[in-house]
Amino acid sequence: MIARCLAALLVTLALGTPGHAASKTVILATTTSTEDSGLLDVLVPAFERKTGYTVKTIAVGTGQALALAARGEADVTLAHAPGLEKPYVATGRLRHRRLVMYNDFLIVGPAEDPARIAGTTQAVAAMRAIADRRARFVSRGDNSGTHALEKSLWALAGVEPRGGWYVEAGQGMGATLGIANDRNAYTITDRATYLAFARRVRLAIHVQGDRPLLNVYSVLEVNPANGPRVNAAGGKALADFLVSPEAQAAIRVFGVDRFGQPLFVPVAGAREEDLR
Amino acid sequence: MTLLLDGLVEALRLLLTGDGEVWSILLFSVTVSATATLLALVVGVPVGATLALARFPGRSVAVTAVNAGMGLPPVVVGLVVSIVLWRSGPLGGLEALYTPAALVIAQALIASPIVTGITLAAVQSVPAAFRLQLAALGASRVQMLAVVIREARLPMLAAVMAGFGAVISEVGASLMVGGNIKGQTRTLTTAMVLETGKGNFETALALAALLLLVVFAVNWALTWLQQARAR
Repeated sequence: MIARCLAALLVTLALGTPGHAASKTVILATTTSTEDSGLLDVLVPAFERKTGYTVKTIAVGTGQALALAARGEADVTLAHAPGLEKPYVATGRLRHRRLVMYNDFLIVGPAEDPARIAGTTQAVAAMRAIADRRARFVSRGDNSGTHALEKSLWALAGVEPRGGWYVEAGQGMGATLGIANDRNAYTITDRATYLAFARRVRLAIHVQGDRPLLNVYSVLEVNPANGPRVNAAGGKALADFLVSPEAQAAIRVFGVDRFGQPLFVPVAGAREEDLR
Repeated sequence: MTLLLDGLVEALRLLLTGDGEVWSILLFSVTVSATATLLALVVGVPVGATLALARFPGRSVAVTAVNAGMGLPPVVVGLVVSIVLWRSGPLGGLEALYTPAALVIAQALIASPIVTGITLAAVQSVPAAFRLQLAALGASRVQMLAVVIREARLPMLAAVMAGFGAVISEVGASLMVGGNIKGQTRTLTTAMVLETGKGNFETALALAALLLLVVFAVNWALTWLQQARAR
C-alpha cells in the first residue's frame, strides 16, 4: 500500500516536473484583467501551437506581476501600469517594453450620482468632486494597475484620500465592483471587467474618454541577469508573438461576439504619446 | 435565490453534457488531493502513533506542535512553499513551482498535521491495559505498534476524511503554488475563484456544487467502510 502511494507520488512528480525540457516552458506574469476577460484563452493556445512552447500564465495584480518578473520568477510580463513599469525598465531589470493594446478606465458610481460628476469630461475634476463631497469611493487597494491609475488621479487632483468615505477593498476588480454596488459607492474600473459585470451591478458610467483614463498594456521581457533559470528566448518569443500581426488581429475582434464591441484596441508599433 | 437555482441547473448541465474541461478539473482535483492525503498518511500515521505511545523528553512540546499544526493556515504554507520552490529559492532547480507536484507538496504539508493529530488521539484511545497485555504476551515493539494501529483503524479513517476534506476544499495555497493554470494546475476551488472574478456566478456555483458532491461522495465511501468494519 505504502509502496503504491510512493509510486503514485513519484509519477505525479515526474509528470509535473518538466526537468531539462524546461526551456520549452515560458512563465507569463500578467494582470488579472487579461485572464478574466478571456483574452489569454485565445492568444496563449495560438502561441503554443505556433511555437511549441508551453505557457504558464500567472494572473496576479500588475504590481505583483512586475515584482515577480524583476526577481526572475517569470520570463515575460504583460502589464498595464506605465508608471510602475518604467522604473523597472530604467534599472534594466525589465527590458524591451513594447505597447500591445489599450482600452479605457471608467469612473462608475450610483445612478443618483451624489457627487454630481456625471457629464464631467475631466477625470481629475471628477475625483476632486468625489473627495470634496466625501462621497463613498471603493479603491482596489491592491497595488494593481487599476490601483496605480487611481492613485495617480488622486495625486493630480491634489487629494490625499482618507476617511470614512474611502474604502480599500484589497481585492480584484470584480469583487471591488460588487462592493461598490452594495455600498452605493464610486469606483474606477477597466471597461472589460465592467462589461462582464454589467448584468450584476447597477453602477452607471459617469466619466469616460479622458486622456488620463487610457489603459495601456505593454509587454516587457525579463533580463536573464535577474535570477537563475530565466528563459529569455521563450520570453522574447511570446513578446514577439503578442505584437505580431496575427495576435494583433485576434485582439482587434476579441469580445465582439459576447459584448457586441471589442474589449481592446491593438496598438503594436504605435508610440505612447500618439494614443488618442 | 434564482441565482442559486441557476447554479444548480448549470452544474447539472456541465456534468450531463460532458463538459470536458469540468470533468478534467474534477479528476485533477481528486487526484492531487488523494495523493497529498496518502502522503500525509505515510508521514502522519507513524509519527502520530509514536507520539501516542513513546515517552521522551520534549514530547509535550511535539504534541502541542502537532495540535497547533492542525490549524496551520494554508496561506502560510502556500507562501513558504512558493518561496522555497521559486527559481531563486533553495529548491528552484526542480522547476516545480506552478506544477501539480507543487500542489501535492503544499496540500500534503497541510494534511500531515491533521492526520498526525487524529492518529495520535486515536491510538491514545486504545486502552493502556490492552498494550500491557500485548507486552505480557511477548509482543515486540513493532508488533505492538501494528496491533495497536489495527485497533485504532476505525477512528483513523476519520483522519483520512478530515485530511482529504481539508485539502480538496483549500484554495489559498493552491492558488499560490499552482497558479491556477488552465489545463495544468486548475483545481475546483481555484476555478471557482476565477469564475467569480469573471462574473460567471452560475459557473462558480456549479463548481461549488461539484466540490460538495465530491466531498460528500468520498466521505460516504469512507463512512461506509468505517461502519461496515465496525459491525
